[in-house]
Amino acid sequence: MSEQIYWEDIEVGAAITPLAKIATSQMLVKWAGASGDFNPLHYDVVFAESVGVGKPIVHGALKRQWLVQLVTDWMGEQGTLKKFSCQYRAMDYPRQMKTMTEPREGETWWCKGEITKKYIEGDQHLVDCNIRVENGKGEVTTPGKATVVLPVRS
Amino acid sequence: MLPEETKNLIGMSTPERINEIENGAIRKFADAVGESNPLYEDEDYARKSRYGSIIAPPGFFGWPKNPDKGSALLVEVPLEVVTVMEKAGYPFASVVDGGMEYEFFSPIYAGDTLTNKTTVTNIRERAGSTTSLVFINMETVYVNQKGNTVAKAMATMILRSINQQKEQANV
Repeated sequence: MSEQIYWEDIEVGAAITPLAKIATSQMLVKWAGASGDFNPLHYDVVFAESVGVGKPIVHGALKRQWLVQLVTDWMGEQGTLKKFSCQYRAMDYPRQMKTMTEPREGETWWCKGEITKKYIEGDQHLVDCNIRVENGKGEVTTPGKATVVLPVRS
Repeated sequence: MLPEETKNLIGMSTPERINEIENGAIRKFADAVGESNPLYEDEDYARKSRYGSIIAPPGFFGWPKNPDKGSALLVEVPLEVVTVMEKAGYPFASVVDGGMEYEFFSPIYAGDTLTNKTTVTNIRERAGSTTSLVFINMETVYVNQKGNTVAKAMATMILRSINQQKEQANV
């Protein structure tokens, strides 16, 4: 976790510290078990072909949690995630494994975001941000938004 | 065009579920995401934090004590939705996740018990010349053991018509 940020220090347009992620076939199995989503679309090649996506795809919900991590890592322990949304607009395909623990060469995903609004509501000091997951080509596959309550210095 | 009876699905709910938020399940979830936040795994750290104990990452709502046996999907859907949509030519095997919207009202702690149910809030069709999609919106409200609403989750599920699947499979 990084150092605590404060509402006073944040400006509209400022970037959220980016977060790199590498989706692997192994990670998708792990996510299926931890989330309870056992749709074979995410691990069964024949099934994925039969429903028209070609090969297993990364769970939308895993990309969602990457974006949650992007925001919660950035806001620090004193920050509070109030609202969050994202849309799974395009499919992502995981890297295959080279060894038991190492992925093959391939795509790296980046979670990114910017502050779009800074305001006070009641006793809460808030910021809104646009967030997104970009694939290896820099295309946005998962856009979203978040509203965060930040601590104040005073 | 969707058959009239799909409109009747709006407002239907799943039975009430009771989810337990277990320490181990939180760790497993956080690990699967690649989280390293000590608030989710380090009890000493969490005790000294403003939360006072381990919390769940936003987006984790535990596991049901009374799960549907044999269900492959995490998202709870009223059974009628599956039946009616399959009859309308949208098999559930084609389901993909469309997106998620959350509102968080207060933290979820390890040891909490959440009561929740999922209600269909909207169903709409986007018909094309050869392909059609159906968007199903569902809202789940989570209430903790103290009676406080801790979060709301608004999910979008997308179903594809049988025709489109055949077409894509031929590509």
